[in-house]
Amino acid sequence: MSVLSYFVNGISLGSVYAIIALGYTMVYGIAKMLNFAHGDVIMVGAYVALMTMLSAGTHPLLAVLLAIVVCTVLGVVIERIAYRPLREAASPLAVLITAIGVSYLLQNVVLLIFGSNPKSFQSVINLPDLKLAGGSLVITAETIVTIVSCIIIMVVLTTFINKTKPGQAMLAVSEDKGAAQLMGINVNRTIALTFAIGSGLAAVAGVLLCSSYPSLSPYTGSMPGIKAFVAAVFGGIGSIPGAFVGGILLGVIEILGKAYISSQLADAIVFAVLIIVLLVKPTGLFGKKIQEKV
Amino acid sequence: MRNWKKALSVAAAAALAVSALAPVSVYAEEEATFKIGGIGPTTGANAVYGSAVMNSAQIAVDEINEAGGVNGYMLEFNPQDDESDAEKSVNAYNTLKDWGMQMLLGTVTSAPCIAVEAEALNDNMFLLTPSATAVESISGDNAFRVCFADPAQGTASAKYIGENGLAEKVAVIYDSSDVYSSGIYNAFQTEAENQPFEIVAAEAFTADSKTDFSVQLQKAKDSGADLVFMPFYYNEAALVLKQASDMGFEPTWFGVDGMDGILSVEGFDTSLAEGLILLTPFSATAEDELTQNFVSKYQEQYGEVPNQFGADAYDGVYILKAALEQAEATPDMEVSDLCEALKASMQEITFTGITGKDITWGADGEPVKDPIVVQIVDGAYQLMD
Repeated sequence: MSVLSYFVNGISLGSVYAIIALGYTMVYGIAKMLNFAHGDVIMVGAYVALMTMLSAGTHPLLAVLLAIVVCTVLGVVIERIAYRPLREAASPLAVLITAIGVSYLLQNVVLLIFGSNPKSFQSVINLPDLKLAGGSLVITAETIVTIVSCIIIMVVLTTFINKTKPGQAMLAVSEDKGAAQLMGINVNRTIALTFAIGSGLAAVAGVLLCSSYPSLSPYTGSMPGIKAFVAAVFGGIGSIPGAFVGGILLGVIEILGKAYISSQLADAIVFAVLIIVLLVKPTGLFGKKIQEKV
Repeated sequence: MRNWKKALSVAAAAALAVSALAPVSVYAEEEATFKIGGIGPTTGANAVYGSAVMNSAQIAVDEINEAGGVNGYMLEFNPQDDESDAEKSVNAYNTLKDWGMQMLLGTVTSAPCIAVEAEALNDNMFLLTPSATAVESISGDNAFRVCFADPAQGTASAKYIGENGLAEKVAVIYDSSDVYSSGIYNAFQTEAENQPFEIVAAEAFTADSKTDFSVQLQKAKDSGADLVFMPFYYNEAALVLKQASDMGFEPTWFGVDGMDGILSVEGFDTSLAEGLILLTPFSATAEDELTQNFVSKYQEQYGEVPNQFGADAYDGVYILKAALEQAEATPDMEVSDLCEALKASMQEITFTGITGKDITWGADGEPVKDPIVVQIVDGAYQLMD
């Protein structure tokens, strides 16, 4: 029985990684840049949602919507101020380092505003948990909602990219920025749109992350952000289904490793997975086929 | 990738350190004062502890100055931020030395305190830490502490559980990346061998994975434990209690001083903590005059209920006052002479404050006092017999 429950816990942890990884992979797939501030945008989204719910007693759904709006704007602003001027820089490292800077900036600004005391997050999900096998196996409503959201987001994103004009523009930009520009695609606007979508997703991820693990501090986003990055690499960075599968697998590996190998080595195991994946299959599980196609 | 971030922050810290070498404040002294330095994290992940310490120490200093100071001299308190980082803590120590610090109230957290204590011992600077609980934090004879050391809490917890027959099978969940938590666990484990209960599961977590406790709880549940010992802070405990309740696991919960504060976590369903037992040096709801005065002043000035770190610091300043008075010290004494005098007087004084009655100190710097055991009943602390 406990094996099954470890498995379920792994999936719920993995579903959170997956939803964060979707944002990572989306931005990387199109802008070809690792947005290390992604985890912190998640944290900002969660704070916005929590503060809206606490202050005005707003309906959770409205709070989530507001968080999405704020994060979308934040993502576009970050891209405009911190990343766009560096896009043509000699070394791609410049943008990477800036992203780390943005990450610390967000953490410290939030620290200044809200203080370091972790806040208990109120779950936005008001559904009963799914109890199996006479109550000994519990799948929380948060897990179910997170997985369903992941799948919906995946389907919508894939359709958007393949069927709509802005989506096609994204594809073109991801394949060849220069050529896309020559074909009349506004590269700057397309990348800004990518950041807008990625950051909007981050808000959803933040709310779901904190609904599952209801503790919110300015550092909440950083570790899950890094693990989601591992998940994205695991699944093949740039691949949308890869991010989902990578996230779920990583969660299951982490929990099973914790349960059967050592509870102290949980993180070591996760990062060992990253190293092994990079050694054996550098493009990740789904990387090869879809890498060029977003 | 994480290392990059680390390397970057180290570089930033180094830059800060260089700028900190510049003289901080050089002003003509008209009246001699006792200069007390304070070091603790007022930003960063542990800022809640450092801020409480600095705020509370300031309250105590203001009170003492209003009442006429110590031996006729005013106190001056200079708080410095160390972000709970050993390197930054030593930098802060050097900054304070430039300022003319004569004694140190700090540092707040264990690991930086170990580093600073090495420097302070070298300078023979008197050090009183309000809240660093690691044994090594006061390794030299110049250092004393207000709070219990980690092993003392672990041993006291095991004794209490054993002597009161609270459980036969005990599971422990602890933070293996934290000296505080693992220190308590080690002492608990040692003492448990002399007690009539058995440790059936000991599961760790680390600072980087402290949101998901499902595995640790599942193992504790499978082991049939009727009590879970949680030597860590209330923020994680709030998550543990929530996740345990989700999986229908209802043992007796037992915490130590870091658990204090769980009832004030915003948005936390306090009914989950019902029945939780904890060892704590300080309870903000105690009705004695000293505590009420401190709590109401803190609430007035900072808008929240102080935690035990604040209480330790508040007492810390008064302990310094008591020791200075006992030694009949004056501010014109050399740092080293002052340290010698305070070392002697610390062992002579008996102190009663908000964190304990009739506290005395031995040459090792450890306080001798009784732990207070409280249980959460109807959402409030209630003293256990």
